[in-house]
Amino acid sequence: MKAAVITFPGSNRDGDVARALRQAGATVVSAWHADHELPHGTDLAVLPGGFSYGDYLRCGAIASRAPIMDAVRAHAARGGLVLGICNGFQILCESGLLPGVLMRNANLHFICRRQHLKVARADTAFTGRYHVGQVIDVCIAHGEGNYFCDEETLHELESEGRVAFRYCDAAGNTSREANPNGSLNNIAGVFSEGLNVLGMMPHPENLIDELVGGIDGRGLFESLAAA
Amino acid sequence: MAGRALFDRAQAETEMIPNEPKITPELVAEHGLKPDEYERFVALIGREPTITELGIVSAMWNEHCSYKSSRLHLKTLPTKAPWVIQGPGENAGVIDIGDGLACVFKMESHNHPSYIEPYQGATTGVGGILRDVFTMGARPIAALNALRFGSPDHPKTRHLVAGVVAGIGGYGNSFGVPTVGGSVGFHSRYDGNILVNAMAVGIARADEIFYAKATGVGNPIVYLGSKTGRDGIHGATMASAEFDENSEEKRPTVQVGDPFAEKLLLEACLELMASGAVIAIQDMGAAGLTCSAVEMGAKGDLGIELDLDAVPCREEGMTAYEMMLSESQERMLMVLDPDKHDIAEAIFRKWGLDFAVIGKTTDTLRFVVKHKGEVVADLPIKELGDEAPVYDRPYIQNAFEPVLPPESVEAPMPNGEALVKLVGTPDLCSKRWVWEQYDHLILGNTVQTPGGDAAIVRVGDGPKGLAMTTDVTPRYCEADPVEGGKQAVAEAWRNITAVGGRPLAVTDNLNFGNPEKPEVMGQFVGCIRGIGEACRALDFPVVSGNVSLYNETQGRSILPTPTIGGVGLLDDVKVHATIAFRAAGEALVLIGETKGWLGQSVYLRDICGREAGAPPPVDLAAEKRNGDFVRGLIRSGRVRTVHDCSDGGLAVTLAEMAMAGGIGCTVDAVPDGLSAHAFLFGEDQARYVLAVPDEEAEAILREAAAAGVPAARIGSTGGETLTLPDEAPISLERLRTAHESWLPAYMAGQHA
Repeated sequence: MKAAVITFPGSNRDGDVARALRQAGATVVSAWHADHELPHGTDLAVLPGGFSYGDYLRCGAIASRAPIMDAVRAHAARGGLVLGICNGFQILCESGLLPGVLMRNANLHFICRRQHLKVARADTAFTGRYHVGQVIDVCIAHGEGNYFCDEETLHELESEGRVAFRYCDAAGNTSREANPNGSLNNIAGVFSEGLNVLGMMPHPENLIDELVGGIDGRGLFESLAAA
Repeated sequence: MAGRALFDRAQAETEMIPNEPKITPELVAEHGLKPDEYERFVALIGREPTITELGIVSAMWNEHCSYKSSRLHLKTLPTKAPWVIQGPGENAGVIDIGDGLACVFKMESHNHPSYIEPYQGATTGVGGILRDVFTMGARPIAALNALRFGSPDHPKTRHLVAGVVAGIGGYGNSFGVPTVGGSVGFHSRYDGNILVNAMAVGIARADEIFYAKATGVGNPIVYLGSKTGRDGIHGATMASAEFDENSEEKRPTVQVGDPFAEKLLLEACLELMASGAVIAIQDMGAAGLTCSAVEMGAKGDLGIELDLDAVPCREEGMTAYEMMLSESQERMLMVLDPDKHDIAEAIFRKWGLDFAVIGKTTDTLRFVVKHKGEVVADLPIKELGDEAPVYDRPYIQNAFEPVLPPESVEAPMPNGEALVKLVGTPDLCSKRWVWEQYDHLILGNTVQTPGGDAAIVRVGDGPKGLAMTTDVTPRYCEADPVEGGKQAVAEAWRNITAVGGRPLAVTDNLNFGNPEKPEVMGQFVGCIRGIGEACRALDFPVVSGNVSLYNETQGRSILPTPTIGGVGLLDDVKVHATIAFRAAGEALVLIGETKGWLGQSVYLRDICGREAGAPPPVDLAAEKRNGDFVRGLIRSGRVRTVHDCSDGGLAVTLAEMAMAGGIGCTVDAVPDGLSAHAFLFGEDQARYVLAVPDEEAEAILREAAAAGVPAARIGSTGGETLTLPDEAPISLERLRTAHESWLPAYMAGQHA
């Protein structure tokens, strides 16, 4: 598994996700926003968390038009794997690779806290090491993670099984109280139609270490490394 | 103000700063220079200055940059230890943490701007301190802060809390550094002057530290980062005067932060430093280009010549005066190795930042500034810094509050009720609402998140970790500046000790009122004395710091607030202690002597409604003995659950441990000779609570006795309630509700 972690100006969890991928056994290379090609042999393109272009204009809007994104779109069209976390998810929505938008959190504050997620499907390259219905304890750190889309899209996502993770409580209840940001149907992450693109707001890459909060995030990277 | 009047005013203000007006006494006064200071300057240069020169000297000689009221006293602080690589005087302090690594850290205030414009004031405070750290070649790994706001029922407090917290988060989150710790307090004495003290901690290779000292004649001086605009002109001068009723009109002097630009500047600077192109580097902070250029030259015994035509400007038509005094953010000044020019420029272009050669070093020891072909300033560079006025301001010893006998304080309510009330007070309630707005998890190394005694951050992939904290108890400093100063240091030392860290050094952020008032100066001098005593006794030197004076509005000063930021080392970050109870059936061991000191306690203030008495005395020898004993237990792996006793005393300590672990506890009995409320809520110093496996307790008590450390078994963990002697059990749920609900409810506008 060769993963290319793309750094945009303002990316700041590029190092964190590279560390998680390396720990899981993937080969990690760097890519730069101004490049026109992904590194040769890239299996997985990763759009990391951060504040690309300072979140100016709209989160992810400027990055979605960076030269490297043409290469990412082509990679996805070929069936290549793409993972966008947090700002990466915002970029994927802005670039048309995933449907929907991420609005400001319902409480209008940036929120950083531990957060439980319910795994919605485990038969993908991203989630194979989890099982359906598993509750994992990771974290969130965002100001604009309130997932929204029109009713038709929501229906599509739900009926096609394209919701990857939902916010839930420790017992797995996907209740309103367990929804930190107001996302529709507690959606924390969604897949593309071909299940080869995943965008998610939470940060599994920061939960890979017993000493630093736990290891529930490892499953995602181990799934990818084995894909 | 009506539109027309506003326009006239704006006109008048632009006309006030053309390039060559005649220097009048009014103009001198507007620059914050006293007549004798101006005369001293004229004598120094032997002629009447230009307006640009007047601006430059006002920037260099104001309180904020020159430390003219504080310098004499700051000199008394201990700054040396074998592990100190760089003490005060550079952008930040540097300590050796072994294996070729150094920790670079500093704390700085942004009080005045944050009151006027809380969001931008706080962001630029964070931005400035991060820049101080990475200017020295260190990558920031953590940020902390210490915040003080006015009374919750003051009409501006809610707005200020919301703005400052959003600003701190807005900058740190985007920059990409975890904000791992801090403190938030409220008191009516901060109604007109809030405190925003920001601290940053970074890691560098010990042999790759960068300094501001310029070397080599004829080397290019390069301007890096964002463009220069008109924001922040006279920011440092504003921070050197009291506020009056018109202070909010100073909003244009508040700078605007751009964390995105700072993130790019960080990456570009670290890449540049690795390339070997940097001879000296200095960030443009207070007083911008002036201060950074003069410091680089003066430290290197070199002259500096600047050509302002080359300065990247955000706005057209900026005058030399404006460029020299702008405090636009995210800018750096560097002396470049001329052979590496192209490499350096390519790095900055890659990150989309400005890179311009704007001058050179000279052997003249003059600070020469040219603009549009004219020399607008030509000043002796050493004297600008070294000949700044130094004042030995008169001070009076403060009237000490008398010691309050414990028996003079009656308990107005059952102790259990008092405890529930205390954990829900503005000062002691959970600050979750605040720190959840800070990204405290980025970089994946936050071993102890906010809510513990000290934050713990792993260094890279380990095994080392750093413990860090910010502490001060302003009400103690007000009642007895010397003891208060000692206590601030002791508490920082204790918090680091309580997680198992070896305390190494501190940064001090000294916030006081108007130093021209002898009683305020007395507070300052007393606190410095106490800080010095404690730092010497605890081997905990001061390596960096900042002084913020004139925190005073309409004659009312803040509580004296010398914030101490401490850093300690964990050789193996896995071996540490946390505050949460881990298991039922463990023994509670109280380390340190309890006399039931209620003077200046939170209990006395918030339960009895009195702010009175002398603060608890700090016995530094006992502090060291007790702390070394506790640290030894943690480091040997025998004790993993520790919390120090501070505000609110023993009962609040136990409540915090119980809430954090979701396990209750029972306190067996009140020791003979103490009243229950004095035992439970007294704020005696040098104390810790340990929760240890039952079978270990006896051995620990024996070892404590052998080491001369007071220790007593006071109860045990277990259950879902906290039970105080002769009191009804309190459910953890009730404690938690009281603890967690005050701040969110207050910020939602529900009560004051």
